[in-house]
Amino acid sequence: MFRPRPDSSRATVSVEVEGRVVRVPEGASAAAAVLIAGLGSIRDTAIGGSARAPYCMMGVCFDCLAEIDGAPNCQSCMVTVTPGMRIRRQRGSRNIAAE
Amino acid sequence: MTIDFAVVGAGPAGMAAAVLAAELGLDTLLVDEQPAPGGQIYRAVERGGDRSPLGDDYLAGRDLVTLFRQSTVTYRPETTLWHIEPDGTLWLADGAGTERVPARRVLLATGAIERPVPIPGWTLPGVMTVGAAQILLKTADTVPEGRAVLAGQGPLLYLAALQLAGAGAPPLTILETTPHRNYHAATGHLGGWWAGRHLLAKGLRLLFGVRRAGIPIRHGVRGLRVLGRDRVEAVAWDGGELAIDHLFLHEGVIPNTQIGMALQLGHRWDEAQLCWRPILDEWGRTSIPDIAIAGDGGGIFGAEAAALSGRLAALDAAAALGRITDAERDRRATPIRTGLARECALRPFLDTLYRPAVSVLVPPDDDTIACRCEEVTVGRIRAAVRLGAPGPNQLKAFTRCGMGPCQGRICGPIVSAVIAAERGVPIAEIGAYRPRAPYKPITVGAVAGLPALTSAQEIAHTAGGA
Repeated sequence: MFRPRPDSSRATVSVEVEGRVVRVPEGASAAAAVLIAGLGSIRDTAIGGSARAPYCMMGVCFDCLAEIDGAPNCQSCMVTVTPGMRIRRQRGSRNIAAE
Repeated sequence: MTIDFAVVGAGPAGMAAAVLAAELGLDTLLVDEQPAPGGQIYRAVERGGDRSPLGDDYLAGRDLVTLFRQSTVTYRPETTLWHIEPDGTLWLADGAGTERVPARRVLLATGAIERPVPIPGWTLPGVMTVGAAQILLKTADTVPEGRAVLAGQGPLLYLAALQLAGAGAPPLTILETTPHRNYHAATGHLGGWWAGRHLLAKGLRLLFGVRRAGIPIRHGVRGLRVLGRDRVEAVAWDGGELAIDHLFLHEGVIPNTQIGMALQLGHRWDEAQLCWRPILDEWGRTSIPDIAIAGDGGGIFGAEAAALSGRLAALDAAAALGRITDAERDRRATPIRTGLARECALRPFLDTLYRPAVSVLVPPDDDTIACRCEEVTVGRIRAAVRLGAPGPNQLKAFTRCGMGPCQGRICGPIVSAVIAAERGVPIAEIGAYRPRAPYKPITVGAVAGLPALTSAQEIAHTAGGA
């Protein structure tokens, strides 16, 4: 759904999005990695279970909540990718009992 | 240790203020949520190559970033301000934990956010803001793949279209929502065109650039809506429909007032910019004089004006803390004010030309979602008003609107406008959400890890501030 621009010379970083290895440009956020991976959505809402994807990319809307390296409900647009980062979709609200 | 001058936000206003304050001998701290300086306008500008498709105005931000990097300012990137007390004590959180930092003077330079564009289907994956497309290009050198449409209005819409075209991903079309009557109304505000001619020329270059790039513009678009089941499949308007993969929305920017509102600083509704603005004096001082606001967070005037207003706030802080005399402050401020007047000259024209249609503030369709977090529709807000919810804060109890993770950042402007329209009362009388700390979610563990407060007095004081 998103791709590095054709003339990009930016180095890339390998991350895991929903278990799949994806190479994304250095400096990208975890939310950008999800968009580049082509995931249809990043979370299901806690209220109606509807699919959402990142909307504002600047820390305002909280629609990009995701699980990053095991931590739930991270604002993924505010987290810069690091090699090996594991990003998963946030399904509903966080499960406190599981922690 | 108490620092002299704490700046929140590393955009043009924050960087310019911090650099000058440090030059004037103030022990200056700048905290910012992003990993690198620049704010949203110059986001990741240090990564931009000379041939960046983002253009010269973007790359010009490197000068200020360089000055900032060379300054003696203590820079805390990737740091969140989650609470501030009226006496200027900051509560910060970063990867290492949370801490409390007292400051003599504080400058909030938290910039702008994009005005919410609540249209039917705007929560579907594939719908983003135009600013989001720019941020993807700035930070990740990444562009949308497939058929993208930009919808809305304002200079940023054309700028983003050109940037995307330059990056090899031209939008399919621009759907411009500027109401026809705005053109006529705006010509009455062209009195400032000579002083603001450099801005007018910039705007015309943008428009010609879009035309030269061959991006079609459909003018006077009304009734914008998004169609799709699990993600955007098409965008429709009164009289047309287009199958697309991405829709980017933009109806201008408004001040990010979250922290100022939480502090209960004096604000006023600006009927020209259609937004809440903090009430500021000529130095950017708020109703709490030791806390100032500079840049677009005080009203929308753009990046150049933001840097100038940041410098005024730095001069005032230096005078208040005895580093320069009031006479020296006033002398240094004179050329800055001249520049500021030049940067603001075209603003009444732009505010009138790109004044959003009423339907942007008050979505006509009851089924349109207003609160994305709690999935509250405009119809439910109207129903709650009929049941007796008089304002935004009471509406929370009726609907949970504004009580989700974004803490009302997105739905706040919509909610105030819908309640005002439903009750037939001006927005100024309806008011806005009262946000509360923590401004950004922090874990209970992070709070528990705070060092113990030293005295009962201090604890009582903190509780009062919260």
